[in-house]
Amino acid sequence: MVDGEKIFEIRDFCVYYGDFKAVSNINLDIEANKITAIIGPSGCGKSTLLRALNRMNDLIIISRTEGKILFKGVDIYDKNTDVIELRKKVGMVFQKPNPFPSSVYENVAYGPRIRGVKKKSKLDEIVENALIRADLWKEVSDKLHESGLSLSGGQMQRLCIARSLAQEPEVLLFDEPTSALDPISTSNIENLLQELQKAITIVIVTHNMQQAARISDYTAFMYLGELIEFGDTDTIFVNPLNKLTEEYITGRFG
Amino acid sequence: MAIFDEELNALRENVLKLGSMVEDAIRDSVRSLVERDSDLAKEVIKRDHLINALEVKIDEECVRLIAIRQPMARDLRLITTAMKITTDLERMGDLAVNIAERAIELNEEPLLKPFVNIPKMADITQGMVRDALDAFVTGCSVLPYEVIKKDDEVDDLTVRNFEELLALMIQDPKIIPLAVKRTYVAKYLERIADHATNIAEMIIYMCKGKMIRHTSIIEDK
Repeated sequence: MVDGEKIFEIRDFCVYYGDFKAVSNINLDIEANKITAIIGPSGCGKSTLLRALNRMNDLIIISRTEGKILFKGVDIYDKNTDVIELRKKVGMVFQKPNPFPSSVYENVAYGPRIRGVKKKSKLDEIVENALIRADLWKEVSDKLHESGLSLSGGQMQRLCIARSLAQEPEVLLFDEPTSALDPISTSNIENLLQELQKAITIVIVTHNMQQAARISDYTAFMYLGELIEFGDTDTIFVNPLNKLTEEYITGRFG
Repeated sequence: MAIFDEELNALRENVLKLGSMVEDAIRDSVRSLVERDSDLAKEVIKRDHLINALEVKIDEECVRLIAIRQPMARDLRLITTAMKITTDLERMGDLAVNIAERAIELNEEPLLKPFVNIPKMADITQGMVRDALDAFVTGCSVLPYEVIKKDDEVDDLTVRNFEELLALMIQDPKIIPLAVKRTYVAKYLERIADHATNIAEMIIYMCKGKMIRHTSIIEDK
C-alpha cells in the first residue's frame, strides 16, 4: 500500500452486547504499514474494537454493531462480505499463545493447506518463509515435526504469528500479545512487530503503556467505550491534550 | 499519596532549595561588592560546593526516577525540566562566585564611583530567578513570560553600565583596570539573567509541552 494510505476507516462505529454499549461512536483511521496501539483501562472497549476489525465479535451471538468499518474502502459489515476471506487478510494473534495441538510444521501449513495448496515443496516453502518472517526459523528448523505445544511461551507466540503470516495477511491484529511472556520474549515480539510493519499494518491492544510508547506510530486512548484521544504516539506520551489521557498514562486514573 | 507523587514533590523541593541557595549567592556576591565586604565574598565562594553537590544530587534523582518510574507526559516533562534547570542554576552559582572574586579584587582598590546600575541589575535578576522557580512549583501562569520580558531590562542596564564606564575610562585611562572589572560584574549578571530566561522557557515547556527556546516570538499565553 502507498505510504499514508488509510487501510481502515472506522465511522460512527458502535458495538452492543445485548443492551450494553461496549464501543460508542468511534471515528478512527488506521494508516497502512504503521503500528497503531489501542490503550485504555480494562473494560474500555479496546479489545472489542480490535475484534470488530475482522468481525471476531460475530462469534458472540448477542453482539451487534452500528456504523461502518471500511477496509480498503469497502464496508466489512456489508451483508455481502466474505468473512472468511476478510479474516485471511486481517489476521489475529491473541494474548495466550494458542498453537494447534499438532506439529510446528502443521501449525503453519494448516492455513495454506485448507486454501488449497497441496504441493509438498510449495508448502515447505510457505512454512519456511513464515517461520523466518516470525523470527522463529533458526530455533525450530530442526524440530519442525515436534509438537507446537512443546515450544516455550515466546516461541509458541511467534509460531502463532508465523501461522497468521502463512495466510499472507495485510493486517495483523494483536490482543495483548506479550502479556503472558517474559521480558526477553516480549522484546523479541516487539522487534518482530517493528520488522513486520514494513510489509503489514499492525493494530495492537496492550495494557503495557511502555510497549505502546516503544513500538507504535499512533496511539488511541479509549475510556468507557469512547475514543478519548488519538494521535502520534510521541504526542500522546509526552504531551497529551486530553486530561483523561494524561491521568491514565501517568498512572493517576480515577 | 502515591510514592511516585511523594518523590516528585521531593524533587520539586530540592530544585526550590537549589534555587534559593543560588538566589542567596547572587544577593550576597553583589552585596559584598556594593558594601565592600570581602568576608561575605569569601563566604559565597566557600558555599558554592553546596550548590554543586545539590545539582549532582538532583540530576542523579532524575535519572533514577526515569529508570524506575518510566515517567510519561507531565511527569516526564517535570523531570526533564528539573534536569535542565539545575544545570542553569548551577551555572548561575558559578557566576555569583565570579562576582565575589571581582568584589574581593575591587574591594582592595578605592571606590571608582558609587554603584547604581549593578544593584538594579541584581534586584531584577534575583526577581527573575525567584519568579521562574515559583512558576516551576505553581505551574502555568504568566510568570515565566514576565521573566523572559525582564531579560531585556537587564540587557539594557548592561549596555548603560558599559557606556558610563567607557566615558570614565576615556577621561582617565588609569581607571581602566577597575572599570573593566566592573563591566565584568555587569556581564556576569547579564549572563545570570540569561540562565533565568532559559529556566522560564523550560517552565513553559513543562506546562504546555511546547518548546519556545530559540524562537523570537512569545505568543499564546
